[in-house]
Amino acid sequence: MSSPLLHVENLKEYFEIRRGLFGKRGYVKAVDGVSLTLAGREAISIVGESGCGKTTLGKTILRLYEPTDGKIIFRGKDITHLGWKELKWYRRETGLVQQDPFGALPPFMTVKRILEEPLIIHGIKDRKEREERIYKALEGVKLTPIEDFINKYPHMLSGGQQQRLVIARSIILEPKMIVADEPVSMLDASVRIEILKLLQDLQTRYDLSVMYITHDLSTTRYFSERIYIMYAAHIVESAETKELLVNPLHPYTRALLNVIPDPDPSNRFLIKEVPTGEPPNLINPPTGCRFNPRCPNFMKGICDAKEPSLIEASKGHYVKCWLYG
Amino acid sequence: MSERHLNIKSLVMYYRTLRGEVKAVDDVSFSLPKGETIAVIGESGCGKSSLAKSIIRLLPRNVSVYKGAVLFNGLNLMDLDEETFTKEIRWTKITYVPQAALNSLNPIIKIGDQMIEPLLLHQKMSKGEALERAAKTLKAVGVNEAFLHHYPFELSGGMKQRVIIAMSLLTNPELMILDEPTSSLDVLTQANIMNLLKNIKRELKISMIFITHDVSLSSELADKVAVMYAGQVVEFSDAETFYKNPLHPYSQKLMESVPTLRTDKKLGFISGSPPSLLDPPKGCRFADRCPFIFEKCIKDPPIMHLNEGFYAKCWLYEKE
Repeated sequence: MSSPLLHVENLKEYFEIRRGLFGKRGYVKAVDGVSLTLAGREAISIVGESGCGKTTLGKTILRLYEPTDGKIIFRGKDITHLGWKELKWYRRETGLVQQDPFGALPPFMTVKRILEEPLIIHGIKDRKEREERIYKALEGVKLTPIEDFINKYPHMLSGGQQQRLVIARSIILEPKMIVADEPVSMLDASVRIEILKLLQDLQTRYDLSVMYITHDLSTTRYFSERIYIMYAAHIVESAETKELLVNPLHPYTRALLNVIPDPDPSNRFLIKEVPTGEPPNLINPPTGCRFNPRCPNFMKGICDAKEPSLIEASKGHYVKCWLYG
Repeated sequence: MSERHLNIKSLVMYYRTLRGEVKAVDDVSFSLPKGETIAVIGESGCGKSSLAKSIIRLLPRNVSVYKGAVLFNGLNLMDLDEETFTKEIRWTKITYVPQAALNSLNPIIKIGDQMIEPLLLHQKMSKGEALERAAKTLKAVGVNEAFLHHYPFELSGGMKQRVIIAMSLLTNPELMILDEPTSSLDVLTQANIMNLLKNIKRELKISMIFITHDVSLSSELADKVAVMYAGQVVEFSDAETFYKNPLHPYSQKLMESVPTLRTDKKLGFISGSPPSLLDPPKGCRFADRCPFIFEKCIKDPPIMHLNEGFYAKCWLYEKE
């Protein structure tokens, strides 16, 4: 197999916290030993509930945070601890699409200025070339006719248009990889699919790899080839999309799949089985498997004693659960 | 037709802003039998929350037009003066859970003291009696009664939402209006809350107006469905028909855009964006995004009645 575009190994990101000035030091372990790979032109999804560390994972991979431990290899190069100057290359090769488009756009800059800035920072001195690339990016995200948009400010655009602009900004340097962090959760149902289809379209057009971070399992089915399920800073299961949806192994994945409704009038007569409780805090996670206090398949003396390791249950299908050895 | 529990006729609510009059609720009609739930579905800014506020008469201060009829057990609520309405209807017979209510709990007042406020105010109960009722209701929604003496920050999001639901149950209402009750919660917590609402519906036979933007989620509670677009209800249907066979082109496109986990389908989307409520188009408000547009659509379509009081507001369903 050819080497993947991105290879992340045992990545950890801890944030130090301290209570009071002389208080005890503690860590929020937001990402705790995550490994994943992303091939060229592949789309993967990281699925998890709020607070599970999925956003931190994305930002650490983009090196917006300094990793605590582990390795990030991008195009064969170890970028885990690269310095600020050397990172400029990596910044060009990667892009971020934020969750809240309006918050991610500077309110006092026009569309043109917003898209021009990264080009200036990355040393494209020729004005003509900059303009060409801005036009190309706007065309790519279908903000057309371009003349209607180029001099507008973010607040003059609708939510969907703002998110297109954020996407245009993320691809303007022609990166190889994009991290899309809940790119559609703030948008209305009818435009969500439009934005996701756009990302898919860009993926083939620009040979992009996409890491799609979401809490919504039902969209992943259409827009990614592989799903990673994250719970309390760990990846608890990963498999190809179809395999994961048809044959979920981890009790957490099963619970998630079980509660997500499809529009069906018979839903109103069913009371669903739902694990009680809340995800643990990441300062003091439970010992053993982190899902054990909520797990319907809890085995005393095993699940609460030792942390299960991620094993390959069937080809390409990994699970971190004692039920499978 | 038998007397309906809740019957809304031509409800209108406009409010005035600097840029003009916002037609937030524009001629809305539907009815609901006792003990059933109507889901009001629509995208942000379509007037769902304004509709809820118009029913419980929590109007913005700059309201300019407010008319129509809200018949509740045969009584037109619009005829009541403010004092009677406050005393007999709002927070007693009809309760309202506003959007993101879980974040509006007062952070420096104990849960118990916040919960009993409507009982002290509206039902003139003694404090001891009220606390007892609050404890019972908390237990019913699955929160330990010990939390009566805790502050909101000590509760998780799901538990706060349960407290809010308990608050709206305290006065034994006949109708609950729930505005996006799970929109800020996680998937599993959301499922827990939906189970709770189903149990309330089943055991207490309370009617509900369930407002949501999430079509899949709406099917968890809805017996009837009203689809809102640009201030108007464009389709009113029963759940069995709606989720399988929506009629209005907007409902159809909306349904197409819902990703499903279990069945394969081709996803669609609606290009363009909804019209501004400041100056909506004279004709059908969905016309310029509609795939079936034809000559008649430049005129405002009337409500086209189908069977059993259900309707679609679309020229396609005009009877010859």
